[in-house]
Amino acid sequence: MTSIRFTVAALVCLSLGAGAPAIGQTAAPVPAAPVPAAPVPAAPRANAADVRFMQGMIAHHAQALTMSALVPARTTRDAMHLLAERITVSQRDEIAIMRTWLQAHGQSAPDPMAAHDMAGMAGMHHDMAGMPATADSTMPGMLTAEQLAALGAANGAAFERLFLESMIRHHEGALTMVKQLFASPGAAQDGDVFRFASDVDVDQRAEIARMRTLLAALPR
Amino acid sequence: MRFRTLLAPALAAAATLGAQDVPRVTKIPTAARRDTADPRVSLKPGWKDAGVAMRGVRVVGHVDRPEGFYNPDNLGDARFWNSDLAFRGTDVFQGSFNGLQIWDISTPSRPRLRGTLVCPGGQGDVSVQGNLLFMSVEETRGRIDCGGQGVQDTVSAERFRGVRIFDITDVAHPKQVAAVQTCRGSHTHTLVPDPKDAANLYVIVSGTSVVRSPNELAGCSGGQPGDDPNTALFRIDVIRVPLARPQDARIVATPRIFADAAGNIAGLQKMDRSDSLHVLSESSRCHDITVYPEIGLAAGACAGNGLLLDIRDPTSIRRVAEVSDPNFSFWHSATFNNDGSKVLFTDEWGGGTSPRCRSSDRPQWGADAIFTVANNTMTPAGYFKLPAAQTNTENCVAHNGTLIPVPGRDIMAQGWYQGGLSIFDFTDAAHPKEIGFFDRGPLNGDSLKVGGFWAAYWYNGHLFGTEMARGLDLLELTPGPNLSRDEIEAAKLVRTDALNPQMQTKIVWPASFHVARAYLDQLDREAGTSRAWSTRVRGSLGSAEKLSGAPRSTALTRLAAQLDRDAGSASDAARVRLLAGAVRDLAAVR
Repeated sequence: MTSIRFTVAALVCLSLGAGAPAIGQTAAPVPAAPVPAAPVPAAPRANAADVRFMQGMIAHHAQALTMSALVPARTTRDAMHLLAERITVSQRDEIAIMRTWLQAHGQSAPDPMAAHDMAGMAGMHHDMAGMPATADSTMPGMLTAEQLAALGAANGAAFERLFLESMIRHHEGALTMVKQLFASPGAAQDGDVFRFASDVDVDQRAEIARMRTLLAALPR
Repeated sequence: MRFRTLLAPALAAAATLGAQDVPRVTKIPTAARRDTADPRVSLKPGWKDAGVAMRGVRVVGHVDRPEGFYNPDNLGDARFWNSDLAFRGTDVFQGSFNGLQIWDISTPSRPRLRGTLVCPGGQGDVSVQGNLLFMSVEETRGRIDCGGQGVQDTVSAERFRGVRIFDITDVAHPKQVAAVQTCRGSHTHTLVPDPKDAANLYVIVSGTSVVRSPNELAGCSGGQPGDDPNTALFRIDVIRVPLARPQDARIVATPRIFADAAGNIAGLQKMDRSDSLHVLSESSRCHDITVYPEIGLAAGACAGNGLLLDIRDPTSIRRVAEVSDPNFSFWHSATFNNDGSKVLFTDEWGGGTSPRCRSSDRPQWGADAIFTVANNTMTPAGYFKLPAAQTNTENCVAHNGTLIPVPGRDIMAQGWYQGGLSIFDFTDAAHPKEIGFFDRGPLNGDSLKVGGFWAAYWYNGHLFGTEMARGLDLLELTPGPNLSRDEIEAAKLVRTDALNPQMQTKIVWPASFHVARAYLDQLDREAGTSRAWSTRVRGSLGSAEKLSGAPRSTALTRLAAQLDRDAGSASDAARVRLLAGAVRDLAAVR
């Protein structure tokens, strides 16, 4: 099937005012550019901010998995179990997406699942093999080794409160990382990164809301 | 059931439910989800040669993505995903993250490419009205000039995120005539007419991603509503398009549909604090909004809530009801049934790039939730999820679809990404049932490559599947125990000049023996229907059909009167009355 390319009949000059255009004001549109001769442009090279984001988020997600793994043994409430399950399923899948992306771009793709027992780990961000120096507890919202240990030592209602408060902060940290990504020049020009970061933002906001509701329902 | 629905905020009822807020989830039924007898399980992976399983449909035509619209080295390349469809006459406009493809389907078995437009920026959601085509752009790589080089600066005059408007008078060569910038870009958009304003068309814009710097687009702010009353969060944008001068299109309203009665912009988030079951999540944006102008309502799938919106005045859209569901991660899209008594919302848990149809994934997560609608109130009824387990390398979750216009039943076709497409009956909202499907094996058996059906839409007799990695499929329904030949023929009688799937129009069936027999087939499927009775009715219909003119009308009128009497003692009186109505329609034909 041959494709009929759109060709520009005439170029329209785009004139810019001194300031940014206002919302909804239609910029004088420029017709679509002629299609390049090569059918498919080469994929863009990985942007450093994209790589940092993906690598950092793997460690960030891995800690969420560690925290969620604490839930089943420390509370009997179904609502908490379902929350932990949702976080676990979502973030485990997302780690796989991030690793695939990093590998496809020839970047180091740490595997938080390798050589670690998820159940009783503490201070994982210090122990993680292969992690670049930037991806550790300096990431927003992550728990320190002490905080993680305190969480593991709690039980029942006290655990629930501590878990929800910690995980809400953890999720908010992820939202901060997404915001930082989009504030970096050249970042998220890659469709997979744009999409992934946007989805993480949506998913974690929904979970924050769920956790706030659960927190509000806990006895004081 | 642990839902609350609220009427207009001024009428909010006090919470009465307790604190135990377990979402309605059941144990994952081991039998159903690991049903190895389902032919969709263990399909061979492949691109153009994947294994295929189908029921209740047959393939009529198929085309692959054209040159320039896929990357042969990476079939799941996000730059080239196919996305949504719009229809006009025998033209199908297929959006793509790379731009647009225009297919001529006048010969359904051989769709023909009329033209393409390279204009990257995702997601390429498209709508059509007359000679205007609309396209949504949200990615930060979008450019006003449609170039593919992206935009590196965080603030740039070359960037475009919003709704493009093309003149398609020469349909093979769309010309961009307007590019309306918005603060969050446009993830999707929905056209909505104003019944009192024929000179203009309105476009509801749903922006879901990062808010732009005010240095790039003046007036844009991503601040929290408490800090900035002008925030781009917690609103939708409405563009007015003068049909005679589309280049003058501009945003004319930014309805604060998440506000409470006191005017707090994010009031929906804070309302009814005492009821922990009413999960008021951060609904700061809407994803898809489906309008049904003839009932004056839209259903908005808005991040943490499902909303009902009054759209009778598109410049003043207001929320009239909302629901939440602790099972939902991401309210994605909505579809009303034909008479507006039900609304179905989809949960796109994971955003569409993750495998969420595995046997280990809960059937209420990443699924459809069906609500009954009455007096602007939504009440939860049931869930539907693709029943066949999919693999770890198939992205799968509920996505876009439309009704299939079978009279007397609420039937929907829906895309589930690499879960394939599913056709299901939700007439009994609490017990939806799958009645057909079409599925391929994964694009890649070793690692997940994003692909599958973005959507499955019914248009003028065919089911269209827009496949992210494999192009466009045209299918026909085939009769079986769950769908009769006459029901299919009745559905094919419904014709429209154009279709934008997020705008629903009232389905009206013409007078036809297919419609009457469709109702009779449905009655025959019900245990309470007397076989002797339905045989007599079939006989009467058949006899009347052989007549013509006045004798036919007389016979049909007599039959209709008899059916009205029969309804009184029928187990399904409502359906017998529908049958009587269809027969009366036939009697009235001159």
